[in-house]
Amino acid sequence: MSGFGPGVDRSAPAASAGAFADSRPPASDRSGVGSTGPGSAPAVPSIEFEAVSFAYPDGTRALSQIGLRIGSGESVAIVGQNGSGKSTLVRHLNGLLRPTTGRVLLDGNDVRPIHVARLASSVGLAFQNPDCQLFSGRVSTEVAFGPRNLGIHGGELEERVRAALEEVGLDAEASTNPYDLGYSRRKLLALASVLAMRTPILALDEPTTGQDARGVARVRDVVARAFGEGRTVIAISHDMRFVAESFRRVVVMREGCIVLDGAPDVVFGEAAWGELRASYLEPPLPSVAGARLGLGATVTEAAFVAALERRAGTISR
Amino acid sequence: MSVGIRLDGVSYRYAGAAATSLRNVGLELEPGRVVGVVGANESGKSTLCLVVAGLAPAVIGGRLEGSVRIDGIETAAMRPHDLAQRCGLLSQNAATQLSGTTATVFEEVGFGPCNLGLPVADVVQRVWAALGAVGIESLAPRDPARLSGGQGQLVAIASILALRPRYLVLDEPTSELDPAGTKLVAEALARIARDTGAGILLVEHKTDVLAQIADEVVVLERGAVAFSGPAAAVLADPRLVELGVESPAAVRLERAVRTSGLEWSAALAKALS
Repeated sequence: MSGFGPGVDRSAPAASAGAFADSRPPASDRSGVGSTGPGSAPAVPSIEFEAVSFAYPDGTRALSQIGLRIGSGESVAIVGQNGSGKSTLVRHLNGLLRPTTGRVLLDGNDVRPIHVARLASSVGLAFQNPDCQLFSGRVSTEVAFGPRNLGIHGGELEERVRAALEEVGLDAEASTNPYDLGYSRRKLLALASVLAMRTPILALDEPTTGQDARGVARVRDVVARAFGEGRTVIAISHDMRFVAESFRRVVVMREGCIVLDGAPDVVFGEAAWGELRASYLEPPLPSVAGARLGLGATVTEAAFVAALERRAGTISR
Repeated sequence: MSVGIRLDGVSYRYAGAAATSLRNVGLELEPGRVVGVVGANESGKSTLCLVVAGLAPAVIGGRLEGSVRIDGIETAAMRPHDLAQRCGLLSQNAATQLSGTTATVFEEVGFGPCNLGLPVADVVQRVWAALGAVGIESLAPRDPARLSGGQGQLVAIASILALRPRYLVLDEPTSELDPAGTKLVAEALARIARDTGAGILLVEHKTDVLAQIADEVVVLERGAVAFSGPAAAVLADPRLVELGVESPAAVRLERAVRTSGLEWSAALAKALS
């Protein structure tokens, strides 16, 4: 699938050493940008949180005056301490939660009057706990549920189910009962169920939890592909390596507020370490090692090695 | 009587399953030691936890071959409450472990000790100690049903700790925790093993945690032990990558530097420490 638009804000700083090189065609070259014509993909709405606060019924205040704009086609990781409000924030995207005060806007339109079922065509949310999401007795039925509710039937539905299962590596399990899969594969199934809906906005709540190295690589590919297609990808994660390598923007939350927001180089850079640690987070090891060696911002292994190579080249000359 | 958990020639097949999930597994866990278990998804790690804790086959059925002994007694011959007191199991999905019957985190963590029939003062003392071990005293009055995923995981860990079993079997206890929470739990487990002599079997994808606290590491591949040994040696073994296990960050970074042809130096090693 291709052709989500209109595309990410190119003025945003990207991380160093090519680890985040944007291999996508320019937004203007992608088909379907802002178009609603036959055969074209829907445009990707921008997201805006306007002074959003949220308190659960027991009085727990989870979000405080959140102001956040996510442009069309951005890839954004949300990180923060357990209980800092990350999951609460993304559940506002598809209307599962509604702000106590403030507004959530999609393309400038307040989502409050829009029913969850309608928002589901714009925002696909994969839950942190797959067991909160899965209910079918068969893997293929589970994956078909979302797109069928969006009005997809017949050959296209079958194709979507097949493609989504293949993308997460579960194509051989189409007739398996989801609860005969291990936890990590149930997480991938929950992800496939959302991928099959082909929503312009993809929100993933801790997608790498419980995954082995191959599973993490698979999730990384899913994120890269969706971003490459021009979709907005938002993921909550505690895996700082995954965050540094797969996202162009990192939002740090603490106690219901946003305390840092920028490119991985900035958020994981030495100047931000105090704020990070106050948020119970640690910068990735390449970032720490790079600072110790005076290499500058090296948030990924590739960036660290590239900086070392540059320094070795300078010395040898 | 020999102490520790000992598995000899253990094979296990789930009820109704065509394939065997564990194949001829041997493993030893001595009191006061931390043994890490790694392996790709579906390599048998969670099944191993169920077998060691005696739930498979006693509770979930299936067919077990070989011997699983805790302190010299076959688990098949132990009564459930005796087994539960000797060996605490934290399941991979911690949310399924909370009782769903309590109104506060404090009561949830006290649920197990209360069922052991302990005096109230002892239960209270155990609950505060367990909450303190994982740094969640402030959650004590909260509703367990309204916690974040990571907070729920910490409550589940505290609930196991409050039972003070002689052995802990933990299936990815830090999977949903932030880096600080992960560090806190790792430190707490190391302290518990050292100070109380508990033996800990720790399934972890975060090999950095194992590098920090494990004495030995066992690598599973398709239900069998691929190799095992002292933690530092196993975690630096390049075979881990082929087996779908991510090496610790420092090992990966050193490997990336060496692979690029750059010279490895003491200064680099120090920067990664």
